[in-house]
Amino acid sequence: MAEERSYFNEMLDNAGNPRAAYARLSAWLDAKPPNYLSRKTREAETIFRRLGITFAVYGADEATERLIPFDPIPRIISASEWRRLSAGIDQRVRALNAFLHDIYHRQEILRAGRIPESLIIQNDAFLPEMVGFTPAQKVYAHIIGTDLVRVSENEFYVLEDNTRTPSGVSYMMENRETMMRMFPDLFEMHRIAPVEHYPENLRQTLESVAPDLSKSEQTVCVLTPGIYNSAYFEHAFLADSMGVELVEGRDLFVDEGKVFMRTTREPQQVDVIYRRIDDAFLDPLTFNPDSMLGVPGLFDAYRAGNVTICNAPGTGIADDKAIYAYVPDIIEFYTGQKPILNNVPTWNCSREDDLAYVLDHLEEIVVKEVHGSGGYGMLIGPTASKRQIAEFRKILMSNPSNYIAQPTLALSACPTHVASGVAPRHVDLRPFVLIGDQVRITPGGLTRVALKKGSLVVNSSQGGGTKDTWVLED
Amino acid sequence: MLGRTASSLFWMSRYQERAQNTAKLLQAAYRTAMVTHAGQADGENWRFALASSGSEFGFTEKVGELTPRGVISYMVFDKTNPSSVRVCLETARNNARAVRTGITAELWEAINTTWIEFADVNPQSITQEKLPDFLAWISQRSHLFRGALLNTILRDDGYYFSQLGNFVERAENTARILDTQYWVLLPDNDVAGGASGERYQWIVILRALSGLRSYRFAYQDAKLKAGNIATFLILRDEMPRSLAHCYNWIDDTVEDLGEFYGSVQPSLEMGSQIWKDLKSTNMDAIYNNGLHEFLTDFIGRNNAFAHQLSIDYNFA
Repeated sequence: MAEERSYFNEMLDNAGNPRAAYARLSAWLDAKPPNYLSRKTREAETIFRRLGITFAVYGADEATERLIPFDPIPRIISASEWRRLSAGIDQRVRALNAFLHDIYHRQEILRAGRIPESLIIQNDAFLPEMVGFTPAQKVYAHIIGTDLVRVSENEFYVLEDNTRTPSGVSYMMENRETMMRMFPDLFEMHRIAPVEHYPENLRQTLESVAPDLSKSEQTVCVLTPGIYNSAYFEHAFLADSMGVELVEGRDLFVDEGKVFMRTTREPQQVDVIYRRIDDAFLDPLTFNPDSMLGVPGLFDAYRAGNVTICNAPGTGIADDKAIYAYVPDIIEFYTGQKPILNNVPTWNCSREDDLAYVLDHLEEIVVKEVHGSGGYGMLIGPTASKRQIAEFRKILMSNPSNYIAQPTLALSACPTHVASGVAPRHVDLRPFVLIGDQVRITPGGLTRVALKKGSLVVNSSQGGGTKDTWVLED
Repeated sequence: MLGRTASSLFWMSRYQERAQNTAKLLQAAYRTAMVTHAGQADGENWRFALASSGSEFGFTEKVGELTPRGVISYMVFDKTNPSSVRVCLETARNNARAVRTGITAELWEAINTTWIEFADVNPQSITQEKLPDFLAWISQRSHLFRGALLNTILRDDGYYFSQLGNFVERAENTARILDTQYWVLLPDNDVAGGASGERYQWIVILRALSGLRSYRFAYQDAKLKAGNIATFLILRDEMPRSLAHCYNWIDDTVEDLGEFYGSVQPSLEMGSQIWKDLKSTNMDAIYNNGLHEFLTDFIGRNNAFAHQLSIDYNFA
């Protein structure tokens, strides 16, 4: 294990005094008896398991449904910090949607030479089927989860944009619900921006991009791959809290270019599909012919303008790790403004000199697969063994264009309940953004925390936990 | 309502009912196996439990030798036996999970907690002494499920489909148990005044259908007679596991469902017809035409009803 580097402590300043936003929480923690949090954590876990708030782990034979560890100490963001963050997120998601419209139409950004053409045209995430088609209200990515990390008092970096089917919003809501049940006194002591309107906002967003806005009622549904999917709980949660049907591919069919649900009575036409399945599985007639999850003919119905699919097929090009390095250019190109939120400096291993630098510095940096997710297939240099680095070097050299690399960031840390009491642990943040007739950002988001001391991997599939995230109101 | 939702509610109830029925069969077998008596081969009661739940073939293939331990393991914990308690509870819970949005929190918690606690049990820890308590626990959890369902669920189409699943399964279970040893229920056996072999078999059958005590209330002289037992379990509507009771409930439900949707599908007519036929027959007529033939015919019609239901309402 590498020795601990210096990092930003969100609760305590360098002198060890609590920062303003954390003052009350810090005093509250100090006043509690030693085993208080352990008891509360067990309480929370019992609630989660009983309610079935679980996620599935692939490849594990037994106990395929697990709880994401829940940390009972909230993460706090001040009102002014949040204003800056949300302005940056707003700017970023608008630019990404403009970018998507452009590359599926005139491709001005390529003509202007701001992004190499090959990076788009030869990219698997670019869907030629979408060229020339304009989705309702010109919105492509309706639901985005922007992954952020904090490295100092005023510096946040965007790690990933997640413009496909970001998950985790149900944990944001259930965490808040659980916290309110367990610590009503903490909520009395703070003015915390609510998150409970998220499902209502989501439904409004989805209805606002229906193909025919003159209809008095829009039929919305959530499309899930089914109960064995790792995020199934969330799919059910969202359908339930929006009051819409949760459907699988086999519940839908296409007739004369329109999409219908199979009900116990007459088929019911569907206007908007919030899909939680990947592009490739949407429609076996257009994409992967082996897909059992999709709906034959769905894509044609979509292109005929009879149904809206959220997010649009082909949005993956906007959160492709190879495109990521260009997002600052994308923001400038479409908004004419400087980016408010920074990108992490990124080396693109398909470039020769970048690759040379990466190979020379494997011990210091993080290397990721371009299309990977969930913390799999990556190397974290500073915590890897010599052997792991040597093995990864071979893999990287055999297919450099499959990888990007970034400096190891000193992720900020928040007070976290651990075996020995309360200790700082590294965190990231995923706020959830909705884009339809307007941009709606839920204050806060999902904070993921690396529970192991010194660890920088916050993914739930790799032993990370979650925290409730509070945005204070002025 | 999605056709798949209707299907999940139907099967959720069906599998929960089946889990209880399997547990009941084992309870009855266990209880009777304790009493030694002449004229019965060893393990006959366990074989009866296997046969009634349709597990005999699978058991012979997979386990072979008939021992109490082997039967318990196969019928309670085996992942490959489609009627094992484990598979029933898991399938019921998966169906409930698929319709999380369509059931109440109370109902979900009842079914989910049962599964979580069951999955935590180490099969090795259920020794023969612990078996009765464990089986009783499964039974209790099924009652909790049904109580939560009846007390919290909205009386709409979802409720109707759940009831149909419940009573189709119960009717099938009762008919199978009767048919497995239908000959002990033939009236000729009454002449012998209940030879001890038959007597024990009658008791197993009544126990497996939770009917031993209530039989004594239903028949004033409380004497076990083949004809009365058969009548009790087939035609007496007040017996909650009789075929008549199941179809009386189904008849009410199909009427409600037809009204709810404003149209009568072929399956609904089939359900009503089965009830009408049960109501208009009597035990003499059944014996005259053959008890075994009656039961086989009933099982076939019960299945055909469930199948037609899945077509009429787009079960996926």
